Amino acid sequence: MNIIETQDLVFDYIRRDEEGNVEGITTAVDHVDMEVAPGDFIAILGHNGSGKSTLAKHFNAILMPTEGTVWVDGMDTEEEKNLWDVRQRAGMVFQNPDNQIIGQVVEEDVGFGPENMGVPTKEIWERVEESLRAVGMYEYRKFAPNKLSGGQKQRVSIAGVLAMHPKCIVLDEPTAMLDPGGRKEVIRAVRALNDVEKVTVILITHYMEEIIHADKVFVMDRGKIAMQGTPGEIFSKVEKLKDLRLDVPKATLLAYELQKSGLPLPAGILSGKELVKELSMRKERARNAGFIKI
Amino acid sequence: MIRDITLGQYYQTDSVVHRLDPRVKLMATLVFICSLFVVNQAAGYLVAVLFLAFSIKLSHVPFRFMVRGMKAILFLLVITFVFNLFLTPGEAVLSIWKLTVTREGISMAVRMAVRLSLLIIGSSVMTLTTTPNNLTDGLEKALKPLQKLHVPVHEVAMMMSIALRFIPILLEETDKIMKAQMARGASFDEGNLLQKAKSMVPLLVPLFISAFRRANDLAMAMEARCYRGGDGRTKMKPLHYEKRDYAAYLILAAYFAVCIVAGRIVPWGRLL
Repeated sequence: MNIIETQDLVFDYIRRDEEGNVEGITTAVDHVDMEVAPGDFIAILGHNGSGKSTLAKHFNAILMPTEGTVWVDGMDTEEEKNLWDVRQRAGMVFQNPDNQIIGQVVEEDVGFGPENMGVPTKEIWERVEESLRAVGMYEYRKFAPNKLSGGQKQRVSIAGVLAMHPKCIVLDEPTAMLDPGGRKEVIRAVRALNDVEKVTVILITHYMEEIIHADKVFVMDRGKIAMQGTPGEIFSKVEKLKDLRLDVPKATLLAYELQKSGLPLPAGILSGKELVKELSMRKERARNAGFIKI
Repeated sequence: MIRDITLGQYYQTDSVVHRLDPRVKLMATLVFICSLFVVNQAAGYLVAVLFLAFSIKLSHVPFRFMVRGMKAILFLLVITFVFNLFLTPGEAVLSIWKLTVTREGISMAVRMAVRLSLLIIGSSVMTLTTTPNNLTDGLEKALKPLQKLHVPVHEVAMMMSIALRFIPILLEETDKIMKAQMARGASFDEGNLLQKAKSMVPLLVPLFISAFRRANDLAMAMEARCYRGGDGRTKMKPLHYEKRDYAAYLILAAYFAVCIVAGRIVPWGRLL
């Protein structure tokens, strides 16, 4: 069974004037069908206003579909009785680290979710310790959140969701407000969760570097899914990505340009390392064939 | 630095008073204040002073921190003293121009001054030894019975603790907006009071907007983490009475009894 599934999902933002008359309708999510298998690392990509955050908020029952249906772990999110189960199964991490930490001490914040779920005190402590260890923040458990860096705060937020024992974590641009160091920190923690704890991850981002480890990528544009596939498949279509106003990783772009000017490189090179390997293999072959003298 | 700010006036140290359950301290403060107003003889105040000195000694907080709170109400103290002195009718002792000092006036003025000072120092002992967070927890638990009367105790406590959490963030933000406005030529410390107040408008408007946005985000984040009010919620750090808390209650009861006896019933206490 899929952990998250959407069928024909439509969401309209309705703008109203002061008297409450409808001024205009913006369709943020437009007939999206999506399936996420348990244990997958999914990335949703898109530029600002492509509807990716609106889509993500449906997975946690924060927004309800205008049309169509969303199932989380087999439960229809629109049914009132499922609400709290849905929110427990699919945890959500938001963009701004300051606006989602409730506790005045790190450990209290991580305990907030389990407290709400009515978990017994002893188990709350176990869960808090285990989740803080999973994101590498256990040493900071007694710190006040405002003394932590952005990356550390986001890791605390992830631990806070993890303590609720979700099957799936939805991260809505968790790195958008962080510096490059913090970004790496958070992505490393997210990948570890997916690899070690087997938690399904849905990462929403517009940074290309963050999605190269994903199992599957969805690219959104104007509320629709414009492309989907493995990172390799997505990145092999450089022209199309450019049309969707998305940046391609530097290594991929360089490989693409080299390819265009006649160097026979395989499509979908994702990292600098891969490109170097590919190029040095080619050099080796050329030397063996006697084309270059060194 | 603005982010190192301490909230309330909590004094960090380890003492038996610090470790007491916040409910005990709340109760003690309440009883202490009541005793000050029930007692009307000097001996009673002496007992109160001794009890206060005993708690301060136990709390390991330097005495000058206790007196700090007095500065704020010094003005009030002087006014109460003067008004009581001159405006209480009774047997005249001294007459200056149109003002008369009466025997009852002296007695009343001294009594009010002593009451107020003890009250301030007494409540300082509580705020200096209890973190704001702990105090909120204590209030929530102590006032829980009011929930039956539909008083939103949990909600108010939650609001208090969120407010405490956001004070440093909003301070930082104020600082940022201030610098941004100053970079565009705004000045915040020129002119008279009215001009100064006016110059705060470009500071407060963005601050309010951002506070509302934060509130919106936070509410969403709380709901996403299954927050649904106080019902069915468990506590990570529940409050438990320990032996020392029961001992403290006993001492408190003993104090109250002695205070009443010395301050109201025993005749030799009548000095004022």
